[in-house]
Amino acid sequence: MTRSLGPLILGRLAASAFSLAFVVVTIFAITAALPGDVADTLLGQSATPEAAASLRHAMALDQPAWLRFWHWAGDMLHADPGRSLLTGRPVAELVGPRLYNSLLLAGATAAVSVPLSLALGLACTMARGTVFDRAATVLMLGTVSVPVFLIATVAVFVFAVQFHLAPALADINAVHSPLQFVRVFLMPVATLSGATTAQMSRMIRACMIDVFSAPWIEMAVLKGVPPVRIVLFHALPNAIGPVVNAIALSLSSLLGGVVVVETVFSYPGMAGLMVDSVAARDVPVVQCCALIFCMVYLALTTLADVVAVASAPRGRDR
Amino acid sequence: MSAVGAFLSRGGRHGAMFAARLAPGPRRALGLLAVWFVIAFAGPLLAPHAPGEIVDRDVFAGVSLHHWLGTDYLGRDLGSRLLWGVRYTVLICTLSTLLSCCCGIVLGIAATATSVWVERVLGRLMDGLLSIPSLLFALLVIAAAGESIPALILTMGVIYMPGSYRTSRALALRIARADYVTAALARGEGRAFVILREILPNMTGPLLSDIGLRFVYAVLLLSNLSFLGLGVQPPLVDLGSLVRENVLGLAYGAPAVVVPTLVLALLTVGINLALDGRRP
Repeated sequence: MTRSLGPLILGRLAASAFSLAFVVVTIFAITAALPGDVADTLLGQSATPEAAASLRHAMALDQPAWLRFWHWAGDMLHADPGRSLLTGRPVAELVGPRLYNSLLLAGATAAVSVPLSLALGLACTMARGTVFDRAATVLMLGTVSVPVFLIATVAVFVFAVQFHLAPALADINAVHSPLQFVRVFLMPVATLSGATTAQMSRMIRACMIDVFSAPWIEMAVLKGVPPVRIVLFHALPNAIGPVVNAIALSLSSLLGGVVVVETVFSYPGMAGLMVDSVAARDVPVVQCCALIFCMVYLALTTLADVVAVASAPRGRDR
Repeated sequence: MSAVGAFLSRGGRHGAMFAARLAPGPRRALGLLAVWFVIAFAGPLLAPHAPGEIVDRDVFAGVSLHHWLGTDYLGRDLGSRLLWGVRYTVLICTLSTLLSCCCGIVLGIAATATSVWVERVLGRLMDGLLSIPSLLFALLVIAAAGESIPALILTMGVIYMPGSYRTSRALALRIARADYVTAALARGEGRAFVILREILPNMTGPLLSDIGLRFVYAVLLLSNLSFLGLGVQPPLVDLGSLVRENVLGLAYGAPAVVVPTLVLALLTVGINLALDGRRP
C-alpha cells in the first residue's frame, strides 16, 4: 500500500495553495466589501456627496469588486502593495524595515523557545505523574490561559519597575553591542517565549505521552534500556511528525503574541504597524501586513505537514 | 461511556439527572460559569457608583474604605468599573461563543448527515478560515467595519466556528457508527429523530468542554483587542480596556491595573483548570 512521497507532498502543497487563494480572497473581501467606504473615512465630516464621488473615482472605488480584486491581486503579485492612505508613501517602503524587525524578534523568540520547550516537554514526559510534572502542567496551563499582555505587564512590573534590569521600551536604534542587544530584546523575547514555550511544551508532552503508550516502548523498558535513551532514541524519532506540527502551530500562534508584545514595548515591528493602521483605517497597509502574516503562517504549517508526511512511514498508507 | 450515556438518555429526564451524568470537568466549569454570570448580571446593580462618575481627586488611589479597590487614572471608582467590565466581557464572549458553537454544531452534524459533497465543500471552507490567525482576522474586520459591539460578537463568532465545526463533526461521525444509531435507523426512525434523540444527547459532555474552551479563547481575544484599543470602546468598558487605560499605574503598583488583570486571569485560568479535569 505504500505510495511514494512525491504525490503526497504535492497534494499537501496543492492544499496549501488552495488555502492561500482562499486567504487572499478573504482579505480582499473583508476589507473591500464591508460597509464603511474608504472615501468617507478619508474625508471625514467634510464629506459632500460630490467630493466623495470624485475621490471614489480617483481611487477606482467605483469599479466593480471583481475588477478591483483583479488589479489588487495583480499588484500584489508584482510586490506592489500600493500607497498608504494616511501618508501617501508606498506601502512596501513602510513595511520593509518593519518586517525585518519583526523577523528578528520572532527569530530570537524561536531560538529561545524551541530548545526550551523540547527540553521541558521531554522532561515532563520522563517524569510524568511526579510532582514536577504536575506543577509544570498546571503552570503551563495557567500561562496558556492568560492573555499575552498580562505576561507583558507583569514582566514590565518585575524587570523594569522593580529591579531596573531592562528598559520598559524596546528602542532598537540603541543597539550597538551584543550586551545592548540583550538588554533591549530581553523583555519582548522573554514575554513571547514565556507564552510560546508554555503552549509548545504542553503539546510536545501530549505527543510524547501518546507515543509512550505504544507496546514497543514497554518492550524497551522491559529490555532494560535506560530512560534517557528510550526518550531520545526510541520515542522521539517516532514522534517527529506530531512534535514538528506542535512546534509549527505554537510558532504561528506566536503571531498573536507578536501583535501585543510589539505594542506594549513600542517595538518598531510589522505587527505594531498593522495595529496603528487598523486604528487609522489605512486599508492598503492593513491588507499588506495581513497577507504577509498569513503567508508566514501558511508556510510554517505547510512545512510541518511535509515534514510529518516525510517522517512517518505509517502516514503514507493513507 | 457512550453506551451508558445512550441508556441514560433514553430515560431522558433532564435537570439533576443531566448534571449528574456529566463528567466532572464540564460540571465544574459550568458551575464556575454560573458564578460569573451572576456577577455579570447582578454586579452592576450593586455597584456603588456609575462607571463614568469621577468620585475622587486622587488618581490611582490605593485600597480604602470609600473605594474598596482604589480609583483609576481619572479618579473613578475602580470597583464599580470592574463590575461593569466583567458584565461586558462575559456578555460579549457568551454571545459570540453561543453563535460560533451553534453554527459549528449545526454544520458539523449536517456534514455527517448529508451528502459527501456538502462535507467536502464545508471542510475546505473551514480549513481556509482556520488558516487565517484569529487576531489577524479580527484586526482585518475591525479595520473595515469599526469596533462596534455587534461587529465584535459576529467576528468572534465566525473566528471560532471552524474549531467547533471540527469537534462536533468528529464526535458526530464517531457516534453515527455506534450500534444504537444503527438500531434506531433499523427501527425506521427518521433522520431528525436520530439526530435529536440519539446523536446530540451523546455529544453533550465533550461538546460542553469544547464550548468552555472556546469561551476562554473568546475572552482572551476580546481582552487582547481591547488592550490594543481596538475592542470595546469608551465609555463602555471591559476587562481588557480597564487594563489598557490604567497601564500607567503600573509604575506605582496601583490596584487599578493589578486588580483587573487578576480578575481576568481568574476567569480564564479558572475555567481552563476546571475543564482540564485531571485534578480531583
